[in-house]
Amino acid sequence: MASLPERSRELAPGAAGSALRSAAPALGGVALALVLHFFATPLIGDFYAKVLLDIGVNIVLAVSLTMVNGFTGQFSIGHAAFMMVGGYVSAMIVYYGSMLGYGSPDLQGGLISSTISGREAPFVTLADLMFAGSLVAGGLFAAACGYVVGLPSLRLKGDYLAIVTLGFGEIVRVLVQSQTGDVLYTVEEVRETPIWQLPTKVGGALGFSGLPFYSSLFWVFLVVSLTLLAAYRLKRSATGRAFLSIREDEIASEAMGVNTTKFKVSAFTISAFFAGVAGGLFAHTIGVTLNPGELGFQKSFDIIIMVVLGGLGSISGATIAAAIVTILPELLRNPEPLLRLWPALAGIGAVAAVAGLVMRARGRSGGLFFKAALAAGIAVALGFAARSAIDAGHDLGRYRMILFALALVLLMILRPQGLFGVHEIWERSMWRGLLHAVGGGGKGRA
Amino acid sequence: MSGEALRVTGICKSFGGLKAVQDFSIALPTGSLRGLIGPNGAGKTTVFNLLTGVYRPDAGRVELGGGEITGRRPFLIAEAGLSRTFQNIRLFGELSVLDNVRLGCHVRARHGTFRALLRTPWQRGEERAIEERARRLLRVFGLEGRAQDQARNLPYGDQRKLEIARALATEPRVLLLDEPAAGMNSQEKLGLRELIRGVRRDFGVTILLIEHDMGVVMDICERITVLDYGKIIAEGTPAEIQSNPKVVEAYLGADDDAEGIDTAYASGRRPAVGGPSDA
Repeated sequence: MASLPERSRELAPGAAGSALRSAAPALGGVALALVLHFFATPLIGDFYAKVLLDIGVNIVLAVSLTMVNGFTGQFSIGHAAFMMVGGYVSAMIVYYGSMLGYGSPDLQGGLISSTISGREAPFVTLADLMFAGSLVAGGLFAAACGYVVGLPSLRLKGDYLAIVTLGFGEIVRVLVQSQTGDVLYTVEEVRETPIWQLPTKVGGALGFSGLPFYSSLFWVFLVVSLTLLAAYRLKRSATGRAFLSIREDEIASEAMGVNTTKFKVSAFTISAFFAGVAGGLFAHTIGVTLNPGELGFQKSFDIIIMVVLGGLGSISGATIAAAIVTILPELLRNPEPLLRLWPALAGIGAVAAVAGLVMRARGRSGGLFFKAALAAGIAVALGFAARSAIDAGHDLGRYRMILFALALVLLMILRPQGLFGVHEIWERSMWRGLLHAVGGGGKGRA
Repeated sequence: MSGEALRVTGICKSFGGLKAVQDFSIALPTGSLRGLIGPNGAGKTTVFNLLTGVYRPDAGRVELGGGEITGRRPFLIAEAGLSRTFQNIRLFGELSVLDNVRLGCHVRARHGTFRALLRTPWQRGEERAIEERARRLLRVFGLEGRAQDQARNLPYGDQRKLEIARALATEPRVLLLDEPAAGMNSQEKLGLRELIRGVRRDFGVTILLIEHDMGVVMDICERITVLDYGKIIAEGTPAEIQSNPKVVEAYLGADDDAEGIDTAYASGRRPAVGGPSDA
C-alpha cells in the first residue's frame, strides 16, 4: 500500500484547474457583494440597507466565534475585545491616514465605498485600498492579541479560556477608555504629533468620532463571503476535523495524534483575525461611533447568543442566527413588514392543515403538518397581538432582550445543541435531527 | 531494530500514596499478540495510559521500535506509531463514522491551515487520499454502509469496531486494545476474535490486549501477562497462566483461607469476577 503522502501526490489535481476551483468561490463572493451593493439599496430602502450592513458585520462576528466556541468547543467570552482591537487599529489607520494623505478625514473612497446613492466618484480609489489594508491590519493585530492570550490559556484543559478572555475584554475596554486622549481634529495637530503618539489619540471614553463611513454593502459582504468561505474550508479539511475532534473528546483527539494545544491556539488566532476585520467594518459603519463602552461584555454576549442559537459548530446556523438576532429588534420596533405577510402565513398554515388531514385519512400520522399549521397559526396570532400592542402605544423593541432570553431558555430545553447542531443547513443529517426534535416524543411516527 | 516492537523497562506510577504501577516491564516481539489481564483495579489501564503518554511514568523507560518515547506528549507517541482504543469508548460522537477514521489518518498527513484555506492541489490530493484510506478501513470492518452516520448512533459493538478502525488509521506499529469485548454478546465476541486475528495478520501490527473475557484472551493471545496490585505476578502461555496458583489466588483469593476473599472485598475489589474459569 502506498504511503499517504505518495498517494496524495498521485491524487492531486492539476495546478491550473485546482487554482480555478479554489478562486471561483472567492470571485463569486466579489460578484455577490457587487450585486448587493448596487442593487439592494433601491430595492429595500435606506433603512433596511443599514440593517443589512449590521447583519453582515454580525455574521462575520458570529461565524468567527463559531470557529472557537463551535469547532474546538473552547468557550471564549471576550470576542468583542478582538473586535475592538481590530476596530481601533483600522480606524486609526483610516482616520490619520486620510488626515495626512488627503488633509481631511472625509470619505475619499470610490463608488464601491459609497453608502449614499448618486455620489459622483470613480469606481475605486486609492483610499479604498487604504481602507481594505486597514481591515487586514486590524485583523492581523487582533490575531496577534489572540495568539498572545490563547497560548497560555489554551495549553490547559478546561474553562480557563473563558476567564482569561473575560479579563482580556475588560482590560482592553478600560485601557481604551482611560488611557487614550482626544481625537485630533485638525491637520496641523496631526502633523505636529509624532506618529507613535497617534495610537493614544483615539477618543477615550467619548469614542472615536468623525470616522468616514467606508463600510458599504460591498465591503461588508465581501468580508462576509470570504469569512464564510474560510470557515467552510477549514471545517471541511483535516484542520477542521482536528478542531471538531478536540471539542468532541480532547483525550481521544490527542491519542490519535492531534496536537491539541496547537490546533486550539490556531483556531483562536484565526477567529480573532476575523473578529478584528469585523471590528474594522463596524468602526466605519454609518450610524456607529466606535466607543469602548459599546464593545464590552454585553457585545461579546450578543455574539455568543448568535452562535448558541445557530448551533455550536454550524456555519450556516451562526449565519442565520446572526441575521435573526439583528433583524428581530428592528421588526419589534416596526413589525409592519412582517404583519403584511400574514395572509401568506395563514395560507401556508391552511395548506399544511389540509395536507395533515389528507395524510391522516390515508392512515399516516401527518403530525409534522399539523405542527407546521399550528406554528403558522401562532405566528399570525402573534403578529396581530404585536399590532394591537403597538396601537396601544407599547414600545416592543424594549422587550427584545426578554424575548431573546426566552428563546434561549426554550432552545436549551427543546434542542440544547442549537438549531442546527454541528451540521449545515443543506446536510441531510441536520434535517433528520431537527425533524426528530420537532417531532418531540415521536408519538404515532412510524 | 531488535525485532522488538515495544520494550518497557521498569515503569512506575504512584498517585499520592497509591502505587498504581510498580516496576512494570514487558517486551513484545514484532507481530506478537499479548494479553494483559488482572483483577479490577490491578493497574492495566494505568499501564496503557503510561505507555500512551496520558500519564508520565515516575521511573522507567518505554521504547517503541528502538526509539525512546517515555513521557512524551500523547500526540507525539501516536506519531511515533503507538495507538490505542479506550475502555469507555471515546469516539467523536457528533462526527460521522467516516470523519472518525479520517481523523486517525491525519497523523500521517501534512495538512496545514493555509493549505486548507487556499485548497492547494496538494491539499485536495491529500483529502482524497485520506478519504480513500478511511473508506478502505471501514470496508475491512464492515462499516462502509454507515460511513455518513453519526458515530454515537452506531450500535455498541460497531462503536468498538470503529475505535479499532480509527486507531489503525494512524498506521501504528503497536496497537493497544483496552477491553474490546466489553459489552459484546457471545456472538459478537466470536466475531471479535476473528477480527483481532485478522487485524494482526493484515495490518502487521503488534497487539497488546487488555481483556476481562477469558474466552477471548485464552483463545487468541500467544502469551499473557498478569497484573495484580500494580505488579506483574505471572507471565506465560495461556495454559501456563490458567494453571498458575498465583493467578488463581489473585482472582479468587487464597483458596485455603476464606479471609483472603474477605480482604479482597474489604479493599474494594471483586475477586471472583471474570476469573480464568469464566471461559
